Amino acid sequence: MNVRLYLWQRATAALMAPLVLIHIAVIFYATRQGMTAADILSRTHGSIAWASYYGLFVAAVSIHAAIGVRNILTEWSPLRDRRAGQFAVAFGLLLAALGLRAVFAVVLS
Amino acid sequence: MTTGVVKHRGSALWIAAMIHRLSGLALAIFLPFHFLALGLAIGGEAKLESFLRWSDQPLVKFSEGGLVFLLTVHLLGGLRVLAIENFDWRDGQKQLAALAAAVSVVIAVIFLVRVF
Repeated sequence: MNVRLYLWQRATAALMAPLVLIHIAVIFYATRQGMTAADILSRTHGSIAWASYYGLFVAAVSIHAAIGVRNILTEWSPLRDRRAGQFAVAFGLLLAALGLRAVFAVVLS
Repeated sequence: MTTGVVKHRGSALWIAAMIHRLSGLALAIFLPFHFLALGLAIGGEAKLESFLRWSDQPLVKFSEGGLVFLLTVHLLGGLRVLAIENFDWRDGQKQLAALAAAVSVVIAVIFLVRVF
């Protein structure tokens, strides 16, 4: 892993630490008495705060996970650096696309 | 040489690093499915509701408990790595790693108690 990727991975990790804590708290809150779609969507629909929070979370996790997957492929698979990098970029873009679609689904649709 | 390289394997901190890596990999594999599930809301509230009722099955709930463990242990393991890299070295890293695993198990068990 080069220095640029190392810094991106650590920066996204530091950014996500409070986001994950909030996410775990939300999981516990949401599952307090069973979880329904109506409950979830009534909280998230039209909320700029939730859109910003989850939008930022999706962006950070897409970068963080892609770099992590690249490291694992480089060390544990026969893929060369270049191929591992290409796979990681594709995976990161997939996560970002699906994640932003999910944010759109629960906030804006 | 080979013996020297692999000698550390099985030590508490090597296991902690491996748990951090494997939990991150598992979460990365899970995330696309998590996003696809939430994306069901595009098709209307009923589609998401139908998925949530499917997820009421005990096996799915146990899996969710596992995911809560993975998320918590990856968070705490990551905080330990950030602390090691950015602050002065502190002794007791093995104990900290064990504490992180124990806290993660407790959080996952509390989650399971709440959903069952």
